[in-house]
Amino acid sequence: MDAQNIDNVISVRDLVVGFGKQTVLKGLNLDIRRGEILGFVGASGGGKSVLTRTIIGLLPKRQGKIEVFGKNLDELDELERQKVEKRWGVLFQGGALFSSLNVIQNVQFPLREDLKLRGRLLDEIAVAKLEMVGLDASVCEKAPSELSGGMIKRAALARALALDPEIVFLDEPTSGLDPISAGEFDELIRALQQTLGLTVFMVTHDLYSLHSVCDRVAALADGKIIAEGPVDSLMNSEHPWLKAYFGGKRGRVAMAGKRS
Amino acid sequence: MANEAWLKSTIDGRRLVLAAAGSWTATHAREIEPLVDAAVPDKTKYEQVDIDLARVEHIDTFGAWLVERMRRSATAAGLKTAIVGLDTRFKVLFDEIAASNKKDAWRPRHEMPIVVSLLHIGKSVLATRDDFVDMINFLGVVTVAFARVAVKPWKFRFTSIVHQIDIVAFRAVPIIVLINFLIGAILAQQGIFHFRKFGAENFVVDMVGILTLREVGVLIVSIMVAGRSGSAYTAELGSMRMREEMDALRVMGFDPVEVLVLPRMIALIVALPILTFIGSMSALVGAGIVTWLYGGMSPEAFIDRLREVVDLNTFEVGMWKAPFMAVVIGLVAAVEGFQVQGSAESLGEHTTSSVVKAIFLVIVLDGLFAMFFAGIGK
Repeated sequence: MDAQNIDNVISVRDLVVGFGKQTVLKGLNLDIRRGEILGFVGASGGGKSVLTRTIIGLLPKRQGKIEVFGKNLDELDELERQKVEKRWGVLFQGGALFSSLNVIQNVQFPLREDLKLRGRLLDEIAVAKLEMVGLDASVCEKAPSELSGGMIKRAALARALALDPEIVFLDEPTSGLDPISAGEFDELIRALQQTLGLTVFMVTHDLYSLHSVCDRVAALADGKIIAEGPVDSLMNSEHPWLKAYFGGKRGRVAMAGKRS
Repeated sequence: MANEAWLKSTIDGRRLVLAAAGSWTATHAREIEPLVDAAVPDKTKYEQVDIDLARVEHIDTFGAWLVERMRRSATAAGLKTAIVGLDTRFKVLFDEIAASNKKDAWRPRHEMPIVVSLLHIGKSVLATRDDFVDMINFLGVVTVAFARVAVKPWKFRFTSIVHQIDIVAFRAVPIIVLINFLIGAILAQQGIFHFRKFGAENFVVDMVGILTLREVGVLIVSIMVAGRSGSAYTAELGSMRMREEMDALRVMGFDPVEVLVLPRMIALIVALPILTFIGSMSALVGAGIVTWLYGGMSPEAFIDRLREVVDLNTFEVGMWKAPFMAVVIGLVAAVEGFQVQGSAESLGEHTTSSVVKAIFLVIVLDGLFAMFFAGIGK
């Protein structure tokens, strides 16, 4: 497969997305390289989730081109598109676990539906996935409503990873977690990325996450990518929004935490 | 791709080499699984099992787990095992997988079907008892809330009650009028059709008059309201519970029963008699029109006959029942709403059972009233 040779697993060109009279993304360009963890920052309401949702096909775009694994998503027929969709996993902000299924059934859902796994292998793989995200067998039969915030994120991640995707989209994976859990989650993402060779696209507000796990960071402002590169290079950027973002009190504290 | 031969076993003295090849990935997991299970070696023949992964093209969690399963079953059979030829890229994955599904891992529980169905019956019996207790309990809670508001009338949520009455009563008028009109008309038509055989058409007025005013009017209205407003109440209260809105009210020092349930309950108690009156009248109009057009009885004659055979008592019995029906519908809706747990499924379940229970209890209550009014000779 020639997709293997292409360095950028996702490339977005001149993307325009809007609702009604409002234009959220105004000609955005972004590349996501194979095997990297890309952090994606931007103001609240600035279109971070819009970009994620547009790439995964939940929102229509007005203009532009999105290539995933070197294939233009617009040119694919439904079957090919489904094939591409099975090669990515999405962790939604609230987890989006199916509330009528318990944890193990949530993880088994894609395995059962897509791979038609049954019986022992289905159970074993699902348990293995849950253990990989740091949950143990005792949560298997719990309903999503019985889980804590951190456990929901982990279970949702296990479901996103169920089919061994090549790309995972994480929408604010550490929001709503206490700093210890958030730190553990960061490490988990890093470990899974190394174990499974994932490409990770991570929308985040967590400055610690940017420093600790992200290989590259892209910043969104005014509907465009204003800077991308290692987090240190962004911190030295002259762009007013980035200066405010990293130069604010929280940004400085996060940096100090990293240096110490 | 050479996916035909995923697993090949070669014998090398007392050593068995299981050579894996091709794509050991999610898509092929289902086909590889039986090969893996069939490869479990015989302890008597071999001492050592080597799993050779040198010729594997792709491997993911699924493949890694199947290799691990093969290794475990060989170890369990008392053989020495080794994984050879593993690409260093996959070492982390294999370490991770080797740590999973250990002895205390989850296994699905399988119950005997008979036990499950017996358990189900037992649980529903207990649930019925709990429901009954809950309803009595809730009736008490609502009464207390009402008493508390009654002594401090300024706490009475007048706007909320008016709003609820608008939704429950006035917006329901068209459908209630329509349904009762049709029911009155159908009763009259059937009555005329059968009574005509022995020339007793006039008695149709007796039948329709007494039936609608005493029983059918209030029953149809109650069933409609249970389906229309009871379900809405359960869904509203349930989703407020799911989204912690009730907890928010409570921490702000408000009693959810007082703020949410009481106005709805009062709205129902006001609405049902109004709707019952409108519904019964509409049924009589429907019956009147049918007796006129189909039975050939003039409207004057219909009204005269109605006056003769239906006394105020009949009308009162129907109207008296309405507020009690309202209390039952409101109680069931609130109890079910408060029982909603976190999931969307639970919300749906409780909304359904709110309607089913309310309709059932309304009919049971109607039966009890029939016995009661017969007892006191009304």
